[in-house]
Amino acid sequence: MIPHDRSSQSTTPLLEIRHLHLDFGTPEGRIHALRNVSLNVAAAEVVGVVGESGSGKSTLAYTVMGLLSENADVTGGEILFEGRDLLKMPAQSQRSLLGDRLSMVFQDPMTALNPVRTVENQMIDIQHHQQKSRSEKRARAIDMLHRVGIPDPQNRIGAYPHHFSGGMRQRICIAMALLVKPVLLIADEPTTALDATLEVQIIHLLKNLQREIGCSVLFVSHHLGAVAELCDRVVVMYAGEVVEQGDVRSIFRNPAHPYTRALLECDPGRLKRTTRTLPTISGEVPSLLGLKKGCIFSARCPQAYDRCLEEQPVDRPISPGQTARCHLLEENRLVSA
Amino acid sequence: MASLEALRGETGPELAPGSFRKTVRQLRKNRLGVLGAALVAIVFASAIFAPIIITHDPTRIMVGPRLADPSLLFLLGTDQLGRDTFSRVMMGGRVPLLVAFASLGSSLAAGLVLGLIAGFGPRWLDNLLLLLFDTIRSFPGIIFALAIIGLLGPSLASMIFVIAITSMPIYARVVRTQTEALRNSEYIAAERTLGAGTMRILAVHVLPNVIGPLLILVSMDVPAVIAVEAGLSFLGLGVRPPTPDWGAILNDGYNYIQQTPWLVVGGGIPIVLATLGFTFLGEALRDMFDPKLRKDL
Amino acid sequence: MWIYLLKRVFLAVAITVIAVTLVFMMIHAVPGDPAVALLGPRATPEMIAHLHREMGLDKPLAVQIVIFFEGLLQGNLGFDVLSQRPVADIIFEQLPYTIELIFVSILWAVAIAVPLGCYSAMRRNSVIDQIVAIMAVATIAIPSFVMAVYALLIFAVTLHWLPAVGAGQGFLDGLVHLILPAFAVGIGWVGYISRLVRASMMEILGENHVRMARSFGISEWRIVLHYALPLAILPTVTILGVGIAWLLSSAVFIEVVFARPGIGALIVQAVNTRNYAVVIGAVLVTTVVTVLATTASDLIAASLDPRTREKL
Repeated sequence: MIPHDRSSQSTTPLLEIRHLHLDFGTPEGRIHALRNVSLNVAAAEVVGVVGESGSGKSTLAYTVMGLLSENADVTGGEILFEGRDLLKMPAQSQRSLLGDRLSMVFQDPMTALNPVRTVENQMIDIQHHQQKSRSEKRARAIDMLHRVGIPDPQNRIGAYPHHFSGGMRQRICIAMALLVKPVLLIADEPTTALDATLEVQIIHLLKNLQREIGCSVLFVSHHLGAVAELCDRVVVMYAGEVVEQGDVRSIFRNPAHPYTRALLECDPGRLKRTTRTLPTISGEVPSLLGLKKGCIFSARCPQAYDRCLEEQPVDRPISPGQTARCHLLEENRLVSA
Repeated sequence: MASLEALRGETGPELAPGSFRKTVRQLRKNRLGVLGAALVAIVFASAIFAPIIITHDPTRIMVGPRLADPSLLFLLGTDQLGRDTFSRVMMGGRVPLLVAFASLGSSLAAGLVLGLIAGFGPRWLDNLLLLLFDTIRSFPGIIFALAIIGLLGPSLASMIFVIAITSMPIYARVVRTQTEALRNSEYIAAERTLGAGTMRILAVHVLPNVIGPLLILVSMDVPAVIAVEAGLSFLGLGVRPPTPDWGAILNDGYNYIQQTPWLVVGGGIPIVLATLGFTFLGEALRDMFDPKLRKDL
Repeated sequence: MWIYLLKRVFLAVAITVIAVTLVFMMIHAVPGDPAVALLGPRATPEMIAHLHREMGLDKPLAVQIVIFFEGLLQGNLGFDVLSQRPVADIIFEQLPYTIELIFVSILWAVAIAVPLGCYSAMRRNSVIDQIVAIMAVATIAIPSFVMAVYALLIFAVTLHWLPAVGAGQGFLDGLVHLILPAFAVGIGWVGYISRLVRASMMEILGENHVRMARSFGISEWRIVLHYALPLAILPTVTILGVGIAWLLSSAVFIEVVFARPGIGALIVQAVNTRNYAVVIGAVLVTTVVTVLATTASDLIAASLDPRTREKL
């Protein structure tokens, strides 16, 4: 275990991920899906995790929830939730946190709900931590459905998931995740499967409800606009590593890592002039099979130089609360964006 | 051979926990495969070398001890006619093996031809053949077999005929599905534009693609056929006496079950060993060569 | 729903018609005269001619088939000259025994196999899972009549725990007489269904909605029973319908071994006496039972899933 200094922090954050390493065992070998990932989520804070597909952001979400597939193997680090390490906790006590202190909204609302149970039954099932009567639980569920904007929840609660559209189903999933009044909500690309107008609605819904309930949110997304809209802080992930993190303003106004800048340049919503071709980051996310030398982004980095191929960069402070993992920062060769 | 295949499937030194379990499972299945292969080898060897192994003429009726217990002279005792059970059991494997290979062979050939016709022929013919396959499949197998054998009279040929007919639809359907898929594929269309005839396409492209899955299906059907053969012989509707046959021996044993358990043991155990052996071997073959292939029910 | 039902009924009727026509054609094609076979070598030509008329064999094949289907529409399966009774009476006298045997066999097999399959899926590769896997392959492979003869030898002949033959008198005695036959018929199904449930359960447990249920800390047992099993059981329900054909087949042997009345025993007896009227009737009835069971199980499976239930 890598030693670290915790005394520098005045208050313990709600969620504290420290030097997390995670591998997947596959027939081809071990995939190092998360490498040295550290991040904090303070109470009532909304933290966005952005990155391309395959950057490990969803894996990170599942690791916190303890919902990894059987071939996943945490090889180092800790995940402190309210001061307790989730990775060392017995399965039973971890499960007692799920659906009580922690809850999650999933990516694909079309498959997230059980097709053979009514919404009512599923919403009552998830309140199993509460000692309330069935009718009380039902009333709370109807109230929550009302708050997420399901019309006529009194009658529609008895319906099966397939009676609802994709957007409605995601509203139901959000209602379920917030019904249990979590202190930390993990949202794994909750708007990716929805079309653009619905996405805006869902983001606003999440934002309003988060304020009402006062929970923290770990918001995983590859959509920068959504992250800018919703989050207080942003964590940028690339190929299983956190390359940069900081508060949302600094990241968007003053990105320090070449990858963050490339990512921002590729966002259609932020293009400064009209163009016929959307900019892309050339190259592909590298294979995480086996261990790589040097900086993980070096193969696609326009500013890579010999050191990037040889040596792994470490986190460098940029501004208060903002760090990035890049050799250029140290060399002061970074050209401001 | 089986264990070699398993080793080749391994992932190298960096074994993840998940793939480790998979390997263990493969080894376990292959261990059953090895057991199956051994049992099948024993069944074949005893059938082939039976004339050398046997201690008595299996059809000779002896005046001496009837329904005798096992002894050094009669290893498995004698039956109700004083015939040596051990010799009859040794010779009794020949009929089931013959039936299995003759019926599945002809069934495979018929299924292949009909499946190719259905898959490559005109739509109406395809529908007609499909209806025929479904009809045969919706008969309760043994009852249909009994009806036909009742008509043809019990004999080796009737048995082979009936088993060939009832197992044909599955093969034909597999061939049809594969053929249909290939027929609509781009490279067949390309072949056609190059002027390749239907027969050429069938022989060069379709046949090699369907024969593998078919052979696995056939290997998995062997135990079922052995069971049907034994069952028909058990009901007295198989080969005619005095030809030794496991099912017939089991029936003798059943008729004299109050007097001696040895005939039941002698007739039943080989059936169990043969069906188990072929089943384990068939499953191992499927797992090794075509894990996705599920037996079409 | 009605269009679906109509389609199924049409297919069922078509299959039945083809089946009976096939049997008729085969009777016609086979060398030898059923009447001669029935009467034996000492029959006079007059007797044979008389029996021909009585059995309808003097008419052309197509006419025989048409006459049979005409009768069928009036619920008439033909007339058995041997016992001088309508075939329908003989068959429906025997059918309940077979249905009873099949029903009890399936019931106990499902009752054991479903929990076993769930457990195997939850504790993959545990010792019990591996034992169940091997036992499943073995019990599927061993023919039911061999199982029956050994069950008879051990529990009836040697240990005298259970009655050897017959169907028994009254409900309780009937049940006791069912134990060994139902064991022999059902044991292979225990293996088969437990494998099937295990496979579909493992598939369902990997689906997104199960992960979501887990994310709320719902207990694994509740997830398996309330979230996964209603979905995982569907293939089994479908298979059971198709399985009626196999069950009827094993019932033939089991009824012979345990000397139980039933349609299987009836067919074997009819085949041995070359009683074609009964054979044709029994083939027809068992085919119809099979087709009905397949259709019913498809409908039941569809109605168990709310997504397909509404489309019915």
